[in-house]
Amino acid sequence: MSVLAVKDLWVTYRTQLSEIPAVRGVSFDIPKGQVLGLAGESGCGKSTIAGAILRLLPARTKIEGSIELEGEDVLGMKPGRLRAVRWTGASIVFQGAMHGLNPVKRIGDQIAEAIVVHQQAGEKQALVRVGALLEQVGLPTRRMRDYPHELSGGQKQRVMIAMALACSPSLVIADEPTTALDVMVQAQVLRLMKELQSELGLSMIFITHDLSVLVETSDRLAIMYAGKIVEEGPADMVFHSPQHPYTEALAAAFPEIGDDRFRRKPMGLGGDPPDPADLPSGCSFHPRCPKAFDDCSTVEPELYPAGERRRAACLLVPAAKERAGAHA
Amino acid sequence: MKVDDPPTVESPALEIRSARRIKWTRRRTAAKRFWREYRRSTLGMVGLVILVLFIALAFSSIFVDKSALSKTAVTEESIAPCTFVTLPCAPNSTHLLGTDADGRSVLALVIEGSRVSLLVGFAAAAITMVIGAMVGILAGYRGRVSDTVLMRTTDFFLVIPWLPLAIVLAAILGQNIFVLIAIIGFTSWPSTARLVRAQTLSVKEHSYVERSRALGATNSQVISRHILPNVMPVIFANTILTVAIAILSESALSFLGLGDPRRVTWGTMIDAAFDAGAISIGAWWWLLAPSLCIVLVVLAFMLCGYALDEIINPRIRER
Amino acid sequence: MSQAEATTARPPDASEPEVVVEVRDLRVTFQGRVGFFEGLRGKKGTLSRAVDGVSFELRRGEVMALAGESGCGKTTMARAIMGLQPVDGGEILYEGKPLPRDLKPYRREVQMVFQDPTGTLNPRQTIYEIIAEGLRIHDIDRGPNGEPEEQLVARALSRAGLRPPERFFLRYPHEVSGGQRQRVVIAGALVLEPEVIVADEPVSNLDASVRGEILQLLMKLRDDLDLTIIIVTHDLGLAWTVADRVAIMYLGRIVEIGPAEDVLLRPEHPYSKALLDVVPEPGGLERPILTGEPPDPTRIPPGCRFHPRCPVVASGRAAELGIEDRCRTEDLALQDVAPEHSSACYEAFARHGSDATTG
Repeated sequence: MSVLAVKDLWVTYRTQLSEIPAVRGVSFDIPKGQVLGLAGESGCGKSTIAGAILRLLPARTKIEGSIELEGEDVLGMKPGRLRAVRWTGASIVFQGAMHGLNPVKRIGDQIAEAIVVHQQAGEKQALVRVGALLEQVGLPTRRMRDYPHELSGGQKQRVMIAMALACSPSLVIADEPTTALDVMVQAQVLRLMKELQSELGLSMIFITHDLSVLVETSDRLAIMYAGKIVEEGPADMVFHSPQHPYTEALAAAFPEIGDDRFRRKPMGLGGDPPDPADLPSGCSFHPRCPKAFDDCSTVEPELYPAGERRRAACLLVPAAKERAGAHA
Repeated sequence: MKVDDPPTVESPALEIRSARRIKWTRRRTAAKRFWREYRRSTLGMVGLVILVLFIALAFSSIFVDKSALSKTAVTEESIAPCTFVTLPCAPNSTHLLGTDADGRSVLALVIEGSRVSLLVGFAAAAITMVIGAMVGILAGYRGRVSDTVLMRTTDFFLVIPWLPLAIVLAAILGQNIFVLIAIIGFTSWPSTARLVRAQTLSVKEHSYVERSRALGATNSQVISRHILPNVMPVIFANTILTVAIAILSESALSFLGLGDPRRVTWGTMIDAAFDAGAISIGAWWWLLAPSLCIVLVVLAFMLCGYALDEIINPRIRER
Repeated sequence: MSQAEATTARPPDASEPEVVVEVRDLRVTFQGRVGFFEGLRGKKGTLSRAVDGVSFELRRGEVMALAGESGCGKTTMARAIMGLQPVDGGEILYEGKPLPRDLKPYRREVQMVFQDPTGTLNPRQTIYEIIAEGLRIHDIDRGPNGEPEEQLVARALSRAGLRPPERFFLRYPHEVSGGQRQRVVIAGALVLEPEVIVADEPVSNLDASVRGEILQLLMKLRDDLDLTIIIVTHDLGLAWTVADRVAIMYLGRIVEIGPAEDVLLRPEHPYSKALLDVVPEPGGLERPILTGEPPDPTRIPPGCRFHPRCPVVASGRAAELGIEDRCRTEDLALQDVAPEHSSACYEAFARHGSDATTG
C-alpha cells in the first residue's frame, strides 16, 4: 500500500475577482521508503500540493480529487482526525522554515510542543525525546536550551527537521528546505535528510526548483509546469535523458561542470513561467517550447508512457503519436 | 512574451516619443489610476465632497459685502426683521443663520470665517510640511551626526507645550493672524519630521537607491529622484491631517482670546459668542454655526486622510 | 532550445592581455557596534575583515567569475570596485590610474548589474525614466553623433533584448516579467556605454529556466560591445558556463585563481576541491563534505585561514609532507602553480615545486 496516493488532484484558489487553477489534475503514488522529487518553477503548483496534502490551504480554496494518506482519505477527514494526523501521519519542513521559529521560545520547547500537542508524551518525557531528536539531526543535546537567534541557518534548518520528525510520521514533505543555505551547509543538510530517510524508512516528497539537488536525493522525479506534471520517472533517467522539452531546458540550467556541451554556452528559454490565471491554449508550454509544432497550440497532451516506468506529457513522445495516429 | 536574440545593435527607425511627453503621459495615467482607487472609498468621497463644499464656501467669501461684517455699519434696515432690542436674532427669512449680538449676519460671518480659517489651516500646514519634510529627509538620509543633531532638535520642539508658548508669544508679538500661523506651524513640524525620517530610512534601504548611486548620482540627485517621490505620499497624507489639526488649533487659540481681533474666523466667532453669553441668552445659532463648520471640516479632512492611507498602504503591499 | 542559436562566445585574445582593473592588496573592514557607554570606556566593536588583502587583475574582454560562499567577501569586493564601498587599505586602479576622489566620471566606465531586479527598479518610475536616469545624472542630452535621449534609451533597451523598445517606454517594472526586469537593469547599465560591468549574482533571483537567457545576453554583450565582465556568484556551474577565468574566495582572500577549465577541473586548493565536491550530482552525497564552523570574518584563524577545516591537515597528509606547521602558523599569498594558475596552498606548492614564501 502506498504511503501517499494522490489521484486527479485539482486545486483552485478563489479570490474576489476570479478563480485561479493552481493544480490541474495531478496524480502520483509514493510507496513506503521512497523519495519523490517534485521540481518546477514559480507558479507551477508544487507548493500548493504540499499544502493540499495536509489541508493547510486557505479556507476558500477548492480542492477536488482524492488524497489518501496510508489508505485514509484526507479530504474527507473530520477536523478532529485531521488534527491528529497532521504531524503524526505526515509533517512538513517549510520553505523559509528558519523564520518559522518563535524567537522568544527555546528551541527545545518548540520541538516538545509538537509532541505534547499530539499527546504523545507528557512534558518531561517530551524533552527526553527532544534530546534524542537533536542528536539524530546532528546537534548536541544541550542546544535545546538555546534560542533561535543563537543558531546558524543550517542549525535552524536541522531544528526544523527534528520538529518534523518529532511525532514519527510516515511521510515528510520538504518544501525548498535548503534554498536559503550556502552550498556547503546545503550539502550537510541534504546528506542528513537522506540518512534519516533511509534509517527511519521515511517516505518523502522533496520540492524544489533545483533539479540537481533532486537528482542527488530522490528516487523518482516529477517535473511540474503550469499546474500539471509534465514528466515523471526514475530521477537519474529523467535528468539525463529527458523526454519533455521543458525538462531538458530545466536540466540545462544546472549544467555539470566538465560537460563541454555547456562550456561558454548558457542555455535558457525565452519568456517566463506562465501566469496560472492566464494559461496558454493547448499545451501550456508551447509558447516557450523550441520544439513546438502546429498541434501543440490546440491539443493538450496527457501523460503518455515514455519508457520503463516513465511518462511524459508531450506530443513528440512516440506513444502520443501512436495515439494520434489511432484517432486519425 | 517570447524574446528573440537581437540581430544587430542599431536602434530601429520607429517613432520615438519625446521624453517630456512621456513624463506627462506617465503623470496623467498615474493620476487617473489614483482617482479611480480613491473613488472606491465611500468615506473618502464623502470627505472630499464636504471639503469641496467648504472650499467653494470660502471662495464665495469674495462676494460677501464687507460692510456686512463691520459692526459700525449695522443699521435698522440691515437687521430687519429683527430689532436692536432682540439682538442676537434667531434665524429668519432674511438672516438664514440669524445674527450675532451686533446685528451682523451669522451666515456672512461663517462664510468669511471659512476663508480665513481654511487659509490659516493650509498656511500653517505648509510651514509644517516644508520644515518637517526637510528635517526628516536630511536626518534620515544623512544619518549619524546630522541625524542625531536634527532629531534632538526635533525632540526639543516636540516637548514644548504649545499652549503656554502661544500665550507668551501672543502677549509679546501681539495678537496677529500671522503670528498664529507661525506658532501653529513651528510647533507642529516635529511629528511630521519623525514620520518623514522613518519613511526616508526605509526608502533609503531599497536597492534602487544604491543603483542610482552606482550610476553616479550625487546625494541631491538621489534625494530628488528617489527619496522625495517615495516619501511624498506619506508627507501628503500627513499634511491632510495637519491641516485639520491646524484649523482646530487656531480655533482653540482664538477661543481662548488669543485670536486676531481684526479678523473673523470660526474660532473668534465662538469666542465672541461665549463672551456675549450666547448660551445663557439662548442664541444657539451663533455658537452652533461656527462649531458645526469646524467639526465638519475636520471630519472631512480625516475621512480624506483615511481614504489616502488605504490607497498608500495596499500599494506598498502589492509592490 | 536556444542552443542552436546561441553563439559560442569567443575567449579574449590571450596574447596581449590588457589590464582594465587592477586591485592591489585591497582591504575592507567593518566595525561592529558597541553600546554608548562601552564606547566611552574605549571598547571597540568586533572587527570584521571582509576583504583582507586581495590582489588581482581584470583583463579587457574577459569574463571573470568571483566565486565563494556567503561571507567570503565577494560582494564586498564587487562593491568596492564599483566605488560603493569605502576601502580601508590597498588600492584599485582603473586603466593603470588610481580611482579619483570624484567617482562620477569613473561611473561612466564601470557599471553594475544587481542581484534583485525587482528591488533595484523604482516602482514609481517608468522603464524609460529608469534607463534615462543614467544619462540625466551625467548631463548627457545627446549621443556622440547627436542622437537625442530617446534614441539612446531605445538603443540600450534594444541591446538588452527588449524589442521593440518603444513598447517598454511607458511600462512600469511590475508590469513586466522577472527576466525582462533584469534586462531593464542591464539596459540601464548599458546606456552609459561602460567598459566594465560588475554583475552581483545576476541570475540567482530569476527562475531557473530564464537564467540561461540573461547569461547569453551578457556573453553577447561582451562579444559585441567589447565589454569586460566580472560576475560574483556562489554557483560554480554558472562559472563553468560563462567564465574565462575563475577566482575562488575564502574569508576575504582569493585562494585560487586561473582559467576556468583549470580551476574547475583541476583545482589546486582544498577549498576549491571541497566546493566542487558539493555541487549536487547523482550519487554526490557519498563524497566528502567539509565539517567545522562556517567561516567567520571576525575570527580569522592564524596561518592559512583554511587550515582548521582543511582535509589535507585533518587527514595527516600535511604532517607527512612536513608543511603542517606552516599551515597552522604562516600566512601565505597566491603563487603560481601552473602557467596562469595560482593557488594559496602549501600542499600545492610542494607538489609543484613552487617557492613557498610567506605572504
